[in-house]
Amino acid sequence: MTNKNLIKGRTGDWEVVIGLEVHAQVISKAKLFSGADTSFGAEPNEHVSLVDAAMPGMLPVINKVAIEQAVRTGLGIKAQINRFSVFDRKNYFYPDLPQGYQISQFSDPIVGKGEIIIDMEDGDSRSVGITRIHLEQDAGKSVHDMDPSSTYVDLNRSGVTLMEIVSEPDLRSAEEAAAYLTKLRAILRYLGTCDGNMEQGSMRCDANVSVRKPGDELGTRCEIKNVNSIRFAAQAIEYEARRQIEVIEEGGTIEQQTRLFDANKGVTRSMRSKEEAHDYRYFPDPDLLPVNLSEEFIEEIRSTLPELPDDKKQRFVDELGLSGYDADVLVAERAIAEYFEEAAEGQDAKTVANWVTSDLFGYLNKEDLEISDSPVAAKQLGALVGLISDGTISGRIARDVFAEMCATGKDPAVVVEEKGLKQVSDTGELESIVDEAIAKGAAQVEQYKSGNEKIIGWFVGQVMQATKGQANPQMVNEILRKKLSE
Amino acid sequence: MANLTDLTIAEAQAGLAKGDFSSKEITEAHITAIEVARDLNAFVTETPERALADAEASDKRRAAGNVGALDGLPIAIKDLFCTKGVKSTASSHMLDGFVPPYESTVTSKMVEAGMVMLGKTNLDEFAMGSSNETSYFGPVVNPWKRNSDDQPLVPGGSSGGSAAAVAARLCLAATGTDTGGSIRQPASFCGIVGMKPTYGRCSRWGIVAFASSLDQAGPMTRTVRDSAILLQSMVGFDPKDTTSSEMPVPDFQAVLGQDIKGLKIGIPSEYRVEGTDPEILALWDQGIKWLEDAGAEAVEVSLPRTKYALPAYYIIAPAEASSNLARYDGMRYGLRADGDSLAEVYENTRAEGFGAEVRRRILMGTYVLSAGYYDAYYIKAQKVRKLIADEFSSAFETVDAILTPAVPSAAFAHGEKSDDLLGMYLNDVMTVPASLAGLPGISVPAGLSSDGLPLGLQLITKAFDEETLFRVADILEQSAGFTARPGQKV
Repeated sequence: MTNKNLIKGRTGDWEVVIGLEVHAQVISKAKLFSGADTSFGAEPNEHVSLVDAAMPGMLPVINKVAIEQAVRTGLGIKAQINRFSVFDRKNYFYPDLPQGYQISQFSDPIVGKGEIIIDMEDGDSRSVGITRIHLEQDAGKSVHDMDPSSTYVDLNRSGVTLMEIVSEPDLRSAEEAAAYLTKLRAILRYLGTCDGNMEQGSMRCDANVSVRKPGDELGTRCEIKNVNSIRFAAQAIEYEARRQIEVIEEGGTIEQQTRLFDANKGVTRSMRSKEEAHDYRYFPDPDLLPVNLSEEFIEEIRSTLPELPDDKKQRFVDELGLSGYDADVLVAERAIAEYFEEAAEGQDAKTVANWVTSDLFGYLNKEDLEISDSPVAAKQLGALVGLISDGTISGRIARDVFAEMCATGKDPAVVVEEKGLKQVSDTGELESIVDEAIAKGAAQVEQYKSGNEKIIGWFVGQVMQATKGQANPQMVNEILRKKLSE
Repeated sequence: MANLTDLTIAEAQAGLAKGDFSSKEITEAHITAIEVARDLNAFVTETPERALADAEASDKRRAAGNVGALDGLPIAIKDLFCTKGVKSTASSHMLDGFVPPYESTVTSKMVEAGMVMLGKTNLDEFAMGSSNETSYFGPVVNPWKRNSDDQPLVPGGSSGGSAAAVAARLCLAATGTDTGGSIRQPASFCGIVGMKPTYGRCSRWGIVAFASSLDQAGPMTRTVRDSAILLQSMVGFDPKDTTSSEMPVPDFQAVLGQDIKGLKIGIPSEYRVEGTDPEILALWDQGIKWLEDAGAEAVEVSLPRTKYALPAYYIIAPAEASSNLARYDGMRYGLRADGDSLAEVYENTRAEGFGAEVRRRILMGTYVLSAGYYDAYYIKAQKVRKLIADEFSSAFETVDAILTPAVPSAAFAHGEKSDDLLGMYLNDVMTVPASLAGLPGISVPAGLSSDGLPLGLQLITKAFDEETLFRVADILEQSAGFTARPGQKV
């Protein structure tokens, strides 16, 4: 297979190899090992239990919801669910890590190998391997910029459940990495296991990046930490790949290290080298028993899985006759897919798809709105398409009706009624209007008769002008052709 | 009327029920005893006002006919249990002044049962030690003295303050915790009954953690019956501790007074550890005879991995401790020392806050968990632990209980083993195997050494069979007829 993602360097083509580690905050009311609240936006240290603050003698108790969510996520990426998994302690000191260790999963994670199908802009799809998903506690937040001499610590996030979703080093370009993150986020949102909100930090990404000449062994990798948007992830990878190529081409070697992405400057910067890496002294947490899952527990969760993007896309193409491109666009987000399906109920699906992807998206983009904020409800858009299909209004008039719906939130039938936009489909009425137009355009009639069929547009324009656009365009065309040929 | 501080729990319950005395009276008697015996340094914190308030509340409940299982009984609590509103230090400078806003599950149950809390007893710092000499608040003095000299002796550890307080009649009973022998060994040194239940019987919630997979709370009392009574109010499943057990809790007193005819008592020759005091081996033989005389059958059992128990313990316990004690970082509570950088704050805080023994164990634990050593030490020790547990399991296929000495020697003098780390660690050689296997064990005072010091014998049964443990211990106690008291030279 030729790799169209190769980067041209001075010494030839380079291949980028990328593996991503995504930390996804699990949707759950309580933290992983304590009953404390997890909602975003509370005052600092408002959501902290005795366990989260690691008071003496406090013990963690696993939150069953977190286990369910991890299993649900595993099933969503067709991964192996491990019936036996273990929580380990990852030991290191930091002020926002109250226990002095993070409870995580090291050698026995809850989810094993799975895969995600990524969809590229050019219509290509390919499979990216998932190595594992494990559960772990989030740390608190250190705030360094409130005071010149001290650091403040907010433990609200301390103990919140994260899933670390680790990919195989299967990605070959920044674009593929972005497509992977987009697809993963969509799946998590479909599953309801993570809200995927990268700006609020509920989904964070570390990227392992290395470069090599095609066919060579894997190069030395650098890990880029805590990238907080898909766009930044792509930027960071692109920058890092070119940096590594430059280093090697100038005769240097890549040192294994952890780097931070500076979003303002668009560069990555060394944070610590391999020599400075922690020895985390992982060992099984003696406060917690291993997690044993029954087959019934797993099957019960499987039975409640929603239809996921890949299956949905297939159904849209096979059963609703949508193009692959339209289907991709519509399934990319669960909310959009749900909107579309509700709108398309009992209507012509392809027409509805066109309205959603062009007019509705156009409006939402212009107004910077999410689909959940759309002033036009799914049922209303469906009704609008219904009015076109049954000939009540023309497609052109429908655009005006849609604009009015966006502005007022009214039902399309009401708009049509109030504005008197109902299409003129009365043959007698249209014939007399057509007659008037022919009478006015003797010269155009001549042109038509001498073979310029395009001139028919002039007559249509006249009729539309006379009917304020409400004439049924198909009927106007038919009548015109008939009369002009007489 | 007998001296109120000499009563057993069972006697005190009867006296309170009959109205022979009030909880206030018995509490006041103990408060006075504590004041008189301050030289023992058995308490880190005395709580006389709290005790009197508890006692008065108890007397009111009794007048209303509404009493709990421990109602009105003056009891001391090892200062490893977090007690709401009462300083809880683990005998460490690190937690000096720490007042928890919560109550441990075990002490909550005891409060609900109506106990009167006299105070918090001294212990080895963070329960790490076998002599109570590692306490930040100074060593505890064993109320017993040798016939041959007047040197102050250690009470054993880590529950040394509790053991000394019970032996010296400063409380009717006390709580202890046992990780590798911290209840049973000081009980033996102080001539009292010390009992460690099956791992999982008592909730660990609110007890300052030393080694999570080993720590268990248990009763320290002057009789086996008292041990059963106090344990009853300490145990039970706790949803806040994942490792606590949902096994049903039997009535522990119900088996007392039953005979042991036909029971098989295992005698493991591997406990004839080199260096064990011959007097103790003789006492062990005596114990075997007592149980045989009572109708039990002594059976040789083999526990060949016993010799690996102590080394495995001194890998696993410090490993867990090194991680458990990481939370004492000077950031949120407890001691904080200044420093010019974050690393310096950590270093200064932990250097100042932890004593030498705690620092040593943190270093050992950190070492055995380090990359490159983990498999050789920690994993291997866990394998040994599994083998030891398996060995006990197969022994319990043929025997009902195992009888061993509780300790390899009688109480020693302050400072006597300070330079002999291995000698100090050897104190736990008899108690550690049952700890690693999570089994219940009890130390029963069985006799005196030729120099007049108490010596205990240990019984071990299979997991969750505390009933057989108490049943045999009861017979052992009756046969031994141990009536000696500290301060009375014989």
